[in-house]
Amino acid sequence: MIETLFRILALMRKELLVILKDPRGRITLFVPPILQCLIFGYAATYDLSNVPYALVDHDRSAASRALAARLDGSGIFSRIATPEQTELAAAYLDNRRAVVIVVISRDFERNLNAGQPAPVQVIADGRNSNTAGIAQGYVGTVAATFGQEWRASHGLPGEAVRLTTRAWYNPSLETRWNMIPSLIGTITMLMTMMLTAMSVAREREEGTFDQLLVAPFRPTEIMIGKAVPSMMVGIVQSTLIFLVALFWFRIPFAGSYAVLYLGLVLFLAAAIGIGLFLSSIAANMQQAMILTFVLLMPFMLLSGLMSPAENMPMALQYFTMINPLHYAISITREVYLEGAGLDQLLPDMLALVAIAAVTLPFAAWLFRNRLV
Amino acid sequence: MNADDRPTVRPGGALRRIAALIRKETYQLLRDPSSVAIGIVMPLLLLVLFGYGLNLDVKNVPVALVMEDTSSDARGAASGFELSEYFDTVTVKTMAEAERLLLAKTVNAIVRIPSDFARRVELGSAEIQVIVHGTDANTARISLGYAQGAVGTWLAREAARGRLLAPASISIENRLWFNEANESTYFLVPGLIVLVMTLIGALLTALVVAREWERGTFEALFVTPVRSVEVLLGKTVPYFVLGMIGLALSVIGSLLLFGVPLRGSVLVLTGVSILYLLVALGIGLVISSAMKSQFLASQICMVVTFLPAMMLSGFMFDLRSMPWVIQLVTYVFPARYFVSLLQTLFLAGNVWSVILPNAAVLAAMATLLMGLAVRLTRKRIG
Repeated sequence: MIETLFRILALMRKELLVILKDPRGRITLFVPPILQCLIFGYAATYDLSNVPYALVDHDRSAASRALAARLDGSGIFSRIATPEQTELAAAYLDNRRAVVIVVISRDFERNLNAGQPAPVQVIADGRNSNTAGIAQGYVGTVAATFGQEWRASHGLPGEAVRLTTRAWYNPSLETRWNMIPSLIGTITMLMTMMLTAMSVAREREEGTFDQLLVAPFRPTEIMIGKAVPSMMVGIVQSTLIFLVALFWFRIPFAGSYAVLYLGLVLFLAAAIGIGLFLSSIAANMQQAMILTFVLLMPFMLLSGLMSPAENMPMALQYFTMINPLHYAISITREVYLEGAGLDQLLPDMLALVAIAAVTLPFAAWLFRNRLV
Repeated sequence: MNADDRPTVRPGGALRRIAALIRKETYQLLRDPSSVAIGIVMPLLLLVLFGYGLNLDVKNVPVALVMEDTSSDARGAASGFELSEYFDTVTVKTMAEAERLLLAKTVNAIVRIPSDFARRVELGSAEIQVIVHGTDANTARISLGYAQGAVGTWLAREAARGRLLAPASISIENRLWFNEANESTYFLVPGLIVLVMTLIGALLTALVVAREWERGTFEALFVTPVRSVEVLLGKTVPYFVLGMIGLALSVIGSLLLFGVPLRGSVLVLTGVSILYLLVALGIGLVISSAMKSQFLASQICMVVTFLPAMMLSGFMFDLRSMPWVIQLVTYVFPARYFVSLLQTLFLAGNVWSVILPNAAVLAAMATLLMGLAVRLTRKRIG
């Protein structure tokens, strides 16, 4: 028993030396996560802060000018041109200088004062239909507020039915709040899965894995010796990203550190299990990397990071059940933003345990039973 | 000693030498099933994922409907939500029950019709309360927009029956040029192509070349009468072909499976894709010659090519809304130019004011990187 422990420790020491002795390797492991979190934290948001638009004002009335002034003063929309006709505005959309064209119809003010819906057309660049839809939503909100205030200030009756809206847990509906906690899992998984997948493949390619197999190591010991150092690297990486989220982006942490780290350890065990499994079926580093990527892509795209998992067809939702990142993102989001406790997260954590419990022993078995 | 002024090199032999190298590299590529996988399986896999998995349209949002009023007006307004294809409604009695469902994430939103709804409709100042779960802010915001629409549907129905309730003050007509049907697959295709080309061009090439450096076979090549430019050509041509196969698969797949329109010319599309592939190959070559280790090369390639192609290219997230420092960063990575080209070529057509500047930047990058790659390989034998 003690000897097993010594052997594992020796292997871990060697593994950590391999990873960390090269200064370039040290930099590659710990600087990119911080930079990525900073860059993607700012980049990965669906919130728009700068929407250039072209205004076509057919009405030329006090009301239409007031609406345009409202858009210009919103801090989000910046008017780049005020052409006479929609046809002339089209060029701005074509060459992507404008994201939307706002067309105010001729009878805008008359309808507004008559208590009739005053028509406004919002044409958006559908080449990125997501951004376009959000920009249209913003115009809609600005116009609705303007219309209500115009009616109120001109002694007209208000709308018969009004929606009052509130968002829980994220009152200003910032997507950044949602994205950054998710980056903890995403960035760490990318780096640790690659690290683990490459580690066995590298030894196989260099022939040192055979030496390891004939040495008095049990496959389980090799597995633990390979998995734990990767996990240590992963924990350091996720802590760095967590610190950036907390102190740079100042997103308040609502949960318990113990629950967060329990979730991260289980997640890393699952991710590393998959990495080791891929690594043990690959004959060389190239195969290991390609296999990792073929799996990483669906893991990332179907994780709920960029689009909610509920929108996917059933077949792909089954796939998300074996996707450790899917669980990690829901755990980090819920612990971070909602302060969820262990009881709420138990199903997600158990799923991660199950993934690790299948992949890690299987990888250990493959070490010896794969014929190269 | 410089590789380029060896007296033994016969003129005219260059082609033969390159051809031999290409043949060797092609054998190596074909022998390893994993390279074929990345050229053929990866595009197909991504097609399926993007086409079916990455759906940004919000539909069937589960909603708890709290009916504190049971008048016909309240039921009418509720039917606006029930009949909407965007919502799946569950009717509950009390707000407390709805809050419990929202907390458990069984529903994503609560729509509350208060007890004085009908009375206040008559007075012309009714309210419907909508509470959304804000953790997924994007979905939440879209759902709020649909809620507005659901109420509008009911008001329109009442108006059609001759009962005029004061409608919304401004009616917005939203149009989406280039993608009238608002198909999110349309805008995901550029992302698909950019990822496939990046993976094959940069990542695979970086790994293969780094392996030769690691094993010393690269140096071995330099003692033969092959020039360094020829070595690089021989190395890159097979991967270039693989990249073009990946491109063809992605384009044909998206046209056939998802009916994505290709409004620009195929010729221009091929041209700019070649430029981007050259840039990607250049990055792969430069990284591998600088790192000389497969492990480091793959990690760095992921950081400088794959992740920027996904996050900083404008295919997912709007570039103009990023802080200016991050915007500056996006200009460094080739993906943003290629994504802009692809989006325009597929959905808008041959808009030369978009194509020419972006293609010019890609061409400049390709020249620069290829030149750098040649320099780096040459320096090491000196």
